[in-house]
Amino acid sequence: MKHTNKPGVLAKISGLFSRRGFNIESLAVGPTENPAVSRMTIVVDGEAHPMEQVTKQLHKLINVLKINDLVSEESVERELVLIKVNADASVRAEIIEIADIFRAKIVDVGKNSVTIEATGTTPKIEAIEDLLRPYGIKELARTGKIALSRGSKE
Amino acid sequence: MRITGAEALIKSLEHEGVEVIFGYPGGVVLPIYDAIYDSKICHILVRHEQCAAHAADGYARATGKVGVCMATSGPGATNLVTGIANAYMDSVPMVAITGQVGTHVIGTDAFQEADITGITSPITKHNYLIKNVEDLPRIIKEAFYIARTGRPGPVLIDIPVDVSKGELDYKYPTEVNLPGYKPTIKGNARQIKQAAQAIIEAKEPIIFAGGGILKSNAEKELHELAELTGIYVTTTLMGKGAFDETHPLSLGMPGMHGARYVNYAMTETDLIIAVGVRFDDRVTGKLSEFARKAKIIHIDIDPAEIGKNVFVHIPIVGDTKNVLSSLAGAIKKILEEEKMSDRSDWNKKIEEWKKKYPLKYHHNNKLKPEFIIEQIYNLTKDKNTIITTGVGQNQMWSAQYYKARKPGTFISSGGLGTMGFGMPAAIGAQVGCPDALVFDIDGDGSFQMVSQDLVTAVCNQLPIKIAILNNGYLGMVRQWQELFYNRHYSNSCLMRDKSCPPQCTGPTEACPKYYLPDFVKLAEAYGAVGLRITKPEEVEPAVKKAIETPLPVVMDFIIEREENVFPMVAPGAPVDQMIGGD
Repeated sequence: MKHTNKPGVLAKISGLFSRRGFNIESLAVGPTENPAVSRMTIVVDGEAHPMEQVTKQLHKLINVLKINDLVSEESVERELVLIKVNADASVRAEIIEIADIFRAKIVDVGKNSVTIEATGTTPKIEAIEDLLRPYGIKELARTGKIALSRGSKE
Repeated sequence: MRITGAEALIKSLEHEGVEVIFGYPGGVVLPIYDAIYDSKICHILVRHEQCAAHAADGYARATGKVGVCMATSGPGATNLVTGIANAYMDSVPMVAITGQVGTHVIGTDAFQEADITGITSPITKHNYLIKNVEDLPRIIKEAFYIARTGRPGPVLIDIPVDVSKGELDYKYPTEVNLPGYKPTIKGNARQIKQAAQAIIEAKEPIIFAGGGILKSNAEKELHELAELTGIYVTTTLMGKGAFDETHPLSLGMPGMHGARYVNYAMTETDLIIAVGVRFDDRVTGKLSEFARKAKIIHIDIDPAEIGKNVFVHIPIVGDTKNVLSSLAGAIKKILEEEKMSDRSDWNKKIEEWKKKYPLKYHHNNKLKPEFIIEQIYNLTKDKNTIITTGVGQNQMWSAQYYKARKPGTFISSGGLGTMGFGMPAAIGAQVGCPDALVFDIDGDGSFQMVSQDLVTAVCNQLPIKIAILNNGYLGMVRQWQELFYNRHYSNSCLMRDKSCPPQCTGPTEACPKYYLPDFVKLAEAYGAVGLRITKPEEVEPAVKKAIETPLPVVMDFIIEREENVFPMVAPGAPVDQMIGGD
């Protein structure tokens, strides 16, 4: 969804979701190629909520410029995760190997932990998380999905 | 020319053709009030900000212009909230202007600070916090444009005090640039053709018209469609005045307190032509049982209304005036080759229902609210009359027994159901239409929510007539308690005092005998005229006297205490299962 980059817009959009009883699973927002316009990617459980009502209500917000339903369109989607996992010297090599398999990066190493940065689709993020869980995940942060429709459309 | 933000605001309002502001001053709007001091715009000082919003609302509904209200920051702004929510639910064009603490102290919990743009986000069509005085003219322009176009609604503009005091080179923009806001006016031609075909083929159709007709002045087009096709028209509470209720094709209001024949027709119909309505629960009753046999054509300017509550077979997004006129054209074109389906059986059925189940009430020697409204109707129908109402029984009796004939003549709080709306709305309507006879048909409960503003009517020489249907109860609450809560009259009696038993199931000889409050004395205290009516034969002379009196008049009608509004569809029941009125 594209919207004007103005203060209060995020509050209006998230407020609309709560007022109409729609749950947001994830929400990511940032500027676009045009600094006056921001892009927000929202993941909603389409089975629990009528997507048509969600998009129609969002369209009514004056600051909302364009909405794409990326489920029904061809799209590329990515998510980024930071995972701080327990890693003393004895398992560090194994963990680095797992990271390599997922083309993830080690972004911080401490005495007893390493922090891994991984990007990809949601299943990939979940897979690396599953593999690292036995070592003990100390902290984890996900950005939420961002997505663009594929090039063939334009 | 360098002028202050406050001066720019007033100039911008003048550019928009604003003639009146309903408001109440306070700390951070002082610069604006100083600019008003030198302006030609009339300012009506209310006694509570909620009444400013309702008066602006009543003004807008009576005149079709954008209503403007104003309040200071914090409590002033939050007192507007109910009135703004009311305007939002009923799609009334309004611009609410609030003061805000200085930009440098926003967020510090400064004195009289409230996040009014945050608070009103879900109840405004759009809102603005002006942080830079240079943006002010553009924002005013946009606010009025948004408020009155598309599906109208309230827009709030929050102006920090330093913005009002700041200076700018004033120039009012000639155009708006809102890439995210493009209401659809023209309906899709293919859909319109499909609708026209469905209308021609339908055996048992009904037109279901609402407030959307009034918003786009489509009453002429609606009459034309009805007469062209010979289809009966039911109008919602918000649509009263969109179709002359004395017209032979008028069925009046459907739903919870609609006449039996309307709800039977809505249940049996095979085609609903819904125009400018939103299938509110008070109209549909139990959704799964609503109009089971019908195909639905839904015409509305707001795409989000289409398919929100009921499945729609032929959706048409567009302005009702525009779409109805295209639709009539499409029907005429098909009629050149095909014939309109024969509907004599259906029409006969409706006429029989009308004869068999008319709206009626039990006549006895007591003072009945229905009788009072019939009398008011008879004495005012040939005058330029505007009716406003409170909320509850008074409102439903008014909707049933006062036949609205023209747009903007029946003003009531539909969606939000705001008690206390009637009197300030009457003030706004009278300001907008000085030559009209403005009648507020109110309840004793509703009126007491705003009675302080009677003084606003007196001070401004607004000769509104307030007919209080006084049953000493919150009548609709009591009616529900009688019907659905074993007559447990819990906190619905307005005459109750310490002498009453702890639990009460109805009036007895032991009830307190005084008038509480004494509305006649209250009227006199405010400089209005007070009349008390206790017998049926006193009604006509009292109403006549009120009409002749050039001052605000309060008529205290002491009505039968436990009179109910019938027929009634129980909440959650199908609309063809009605209680009472048969």
